[in-house]
Amino acid sequence: MNFDAAAVRLVPETPSPPEPSAKMSCRKLDFFYGNFQALSNIDLDIAERRVTAFIGPSGCGKSTLLRTLNRMYSLYPGQRATGEIAFNGQNILEPGVDLNMLRAKVGMVFQKPTPFPMSIHDNIAFGVSLYENLSQRDMDERVEWALTKAAMWGEAKDKLKQSGMALSGGQQQRLCIARAVAVKPEVLLLDEPTSALDPISTAKIEELISELKRDHTIAIVTHNMQQAARVSDYTGYMYLGELVEFGATDEIFLKPGKKETEDYITGRFG
Amino acid sequence: MSAPGRPKREYRSAQREGTPVSPPGRPKGELLPLGGKARSAKGEQMTSVYRKRLYVNRMNLVMSLCMMAFGMMFLLWILWVLFANGLAALSPTLFTQTTPPPGSAGGLANAIYGSVVIVLVATFISTPIGILAGIYLAEYGKNGWLARLTRFINDILLSAPSIVIGLFVYTVYVMQVGHFSGWAGSFALALIAIPVVVRTTENMLHLVPASLREAAVALGAPMWKVILRVTLKAVRGGVVTGVLLAVARMSGETAPLLFTALNNQFWSTSMDAPMANLPVVIFQFAMSPFDDWKNLAWAGALLITLTVLAINILARTVFRQSDVR
Amino acid sequence: MSTTLAALQPVMTAPSESRTAREPTPPAAHRGAPAWQDWLFERTTMFFALFVLLTLVGIIGALAWASIPAFEKFGPGFFFTSVWDPVKLDFGALAPVYGTIVTSVIALSIGVPVSFGIAIFLTEMCPAVLKRPLGTAVELLAAIPSIIYGMWGLFVFAPVFGDYVQPMLTKIFGNLWLLGPLFRGAPNGIGILSAGIILSVMVIPFIASVMRDVFDVVPPVLKESAYGLGATTWEVVWNVVLPYTRVGVIGGVMLGLGRALGETMAVTFVIGNAYRISASLFEPGNSIASALANEFNEAAEPVHRASLIALGLVLFLLTFVVLACSRLLLAQLAKREGRKT
Repeated sequence: MNFDAAAVRLVPETPSPPEPSAKMSCRKLDFFYGNFQALSNIDLDIAERRVTAFIGPSGCGKSTLLRTLNRMYSLYPGQRATGEIAFNGQNILEPGVDLNMLRAKVGMVFQKPTPFPMSIHDNIAFGVSLYENLSQRDMDERVEWALTKAAMWGEAKDKLKQSGMALSGGQQQRLCIARAVAVKPEVLLLDEPTSALDPISTAKIEELISELKRDHTIAIVTHNMQQAARVSDYTGYMYLGELVEFGATDEIFLKPGKKETEDYITGRFG
Repeated sequence: MSAPGRPKREYRSAQREGTPVSPPGRPKGELLPLGGKARSAKGEQMTSVYRKRLYVNRMNLVMSLCMMAFGMMFLLWILWVLFANGLAALSPTLFTQTTPPPGSAGGLANAIYGSVVIVLVATFISTPIGILAGIYLAEYGKNGWLARLTRFINDILLSAPSIVIGLFVYTVYVMQVGHFSGWAGSFALALIAIPVVVRTTENMLHLVPASLREAAVALGAPMWKVILRVTLKAVRGGVVTGVLLAVARMSGETAPLLFTALNNQFWSTSMDAPMANLPVVIFQFAMSPFDDWKNLAWAGALLITLTVLAINILARTVFRQSDVR
Repeated sequence: MSTTLAALQPVMTAPSESRTAREPTPPAAHRGAPAWQDWLFERTTMFFALFVLLTLVGIIGALAWASIPAFEKFGPGFFFTSVWDPVKLDFGALAPVYGTIVTSVIALSIGVPVSFGIAIFLTEMCPAVLKRPLGTAVELLAAIPSIIYGMWGLFVFAPVFGDYVQPMLTKIFGNLWLLGPLFRGAPNGIGILSAGIILSVMVIPFIASVMRDVFDVVPPVLKESAYGLGATTWEVVWNVVLPYTRVGVIGGVMLGLGRALGETMAVTFVIGNAYRISASLFEPGNSIASALANEFNEAAEPVHRASLIALGLVLFLLTFVVLACSRLLLAQLAKREGRKT
């Protein structure tokens, strides 16, 4: 099965800024759940204002990798990472890093839509009010801005006081994206954001991703290869905790360097 | 029609033809007739086994039905007696007059007031303690040694005899202070309510999916904000239910008040002195030989039961926890 | 294998923070949340968890300390004497302890089978329309305060029991050589048996709703696979549901036992307040809780009070042991089945 890059790209190519720099980079990254090693010797760069996708069969460690990038694993004792993850020149794996601040700059959207038990307005205001002291009017503006960026303003503007849990699945996920974008993070981590959604919502969110990458660096984990091919600029193929191959999406899908990658992409494996 | 020992040739030829053949001895293509005339000794045994199983099944199910009826009968009997006697003694004077000396008419006003105040104070004491301890168990302690020990102890306290709790408060508070008081009663009731609230809060918090918690953390919120404004909020219906059930339990408890708040014949609003309360008044009046006292006891019992039932129904309907997805 | 961008394109060493003109406003200054807030909150919750722990220690400690005068005077013999003389100040715990245990045994002997039957009815036999109302009814009945049961027992049950049931029991069992002595005595409706029966009525809704909850969570697939083999309803309950829910059922029974041991009001009204141990169940007796309820406030002498407090300590330790043993038993069962406790 060959991918025709032109047919697969739904979004017209935006003129890429010259030479994307590495917003975050991993060097010699290992990750352990207790005694079990889930990631081995990961070395990669996440390009600024590009979409980097991670693909691979279940259990290969792609979500684990994503969760190291905002130190989400630190919530759970027994999970630890060694090596280096550089973000804005600082190694975030060092002790003493302000995790809350890190997470304000590296946002995350999860597989299951998780609206907070509050109104739509407050859902978005929650994150913003953690770090900024905005007046009522400024906050309303920010809420509107975030919902517009998530392509939800039209649907949500009359429902701002209603509970976030009253929305449909696709709308809830876009609310979560709006919530993540509202705090103006530098990086957005998306962990299988559309796997729980119907195809129409999925398409909307993929469109959103292409819009968002103009202002944010995006890393996305997906088990859907075609999605990776559609939205990403760089792709990494992972297997059993190792980064087997990493490169520009076109190259990975058309001319994979390694046989394992090719086997996975052509469906011979996984 | 097919006798045991069908001629072998027929059997084998049927096999060669490929038609389904039943082993010799059984009618071809028929299920073993239940209750009907079985052909072989083996068939006979199987029917009687089956009949015995059916019989056992029926017996036990009938027994279950009887148990249900038996249990329900007793409980309906109790409710009937309670309502019959209690309603007869209900009147507005219950709320306007205080407890009378034997032989005269009166009401339960001081007892009602005392109960309400004692239970309210106990609720204010136990709710924050219980919720915070429950938060510790669910969010911070998890499976550490302190959390596991606390859970174990909490379960023990949950089922501890309430009279012993009263005795404990007597020993450490009443004996030291030198007199009975409404405060002591509230402390004792609070000690009974705290384990209930701890258990409910912890169970409710466990229902919150990890992704909700992580979503709040991912925005950079500090842990205490995540817990108070997202996690706890998501299950506030269930937590409120737990508090209400604790209140209902406290309202009906007599034993812990016997040695702490004691009782007070007269109208008193001071928490620092023995305070009248419904359960102890009912106990005293019911065990007495005086008829008007006994009537008041029934009225008081009805009041307590109605309150407890109302709180339970309130907890189940108004504050029902919606699904935490 | 170099997967860094360096291999693909030349890279600048410091990622720039500049944004394109399309970005409406630059990100506002981020201020971090003070870390001490989280520390304080965690410590506060931990303090209250410790409070629960300390309460238990406090109860045992305070009661033990307050009962020292009794132990000083009577020594370990306190537990083996059944005399109780407030005038001569000679006390022994045997009678109340006996009463507590016997009434609880009676209560569970009647209560557990009945609760089991109710739970089976509610989960397997009940028509769907009635399931919720009847289930709620059972739960609400479990919430009724125990003093109601006591009053009903004294005013309604005791006369009926004394007039009809007790004579019948004496007639049936009174002459049997083994059971006979249990059922002889004045049929006045007061006594250990009455108290035990009332206690069982009180305990039934509680154990029944626990059992019902536990039976409800058996996966339907499990029951269906048994039905699919041709099993009868009873066989499914006995062979599939009960083993699956064994842990919960035992837990529920133990909780019921704990409650029965400590129950005051349901027994105080009808147990008769007599400090003696008799062979007959019709005779009056005392449980620890009823002894305390009846006497404590009138006990003036320190030794009298200390003896009563010692009784309270015994009761608490008894329930503690019962509950701890049940937890251990459940942990063992769960471990054997390979489940995490």
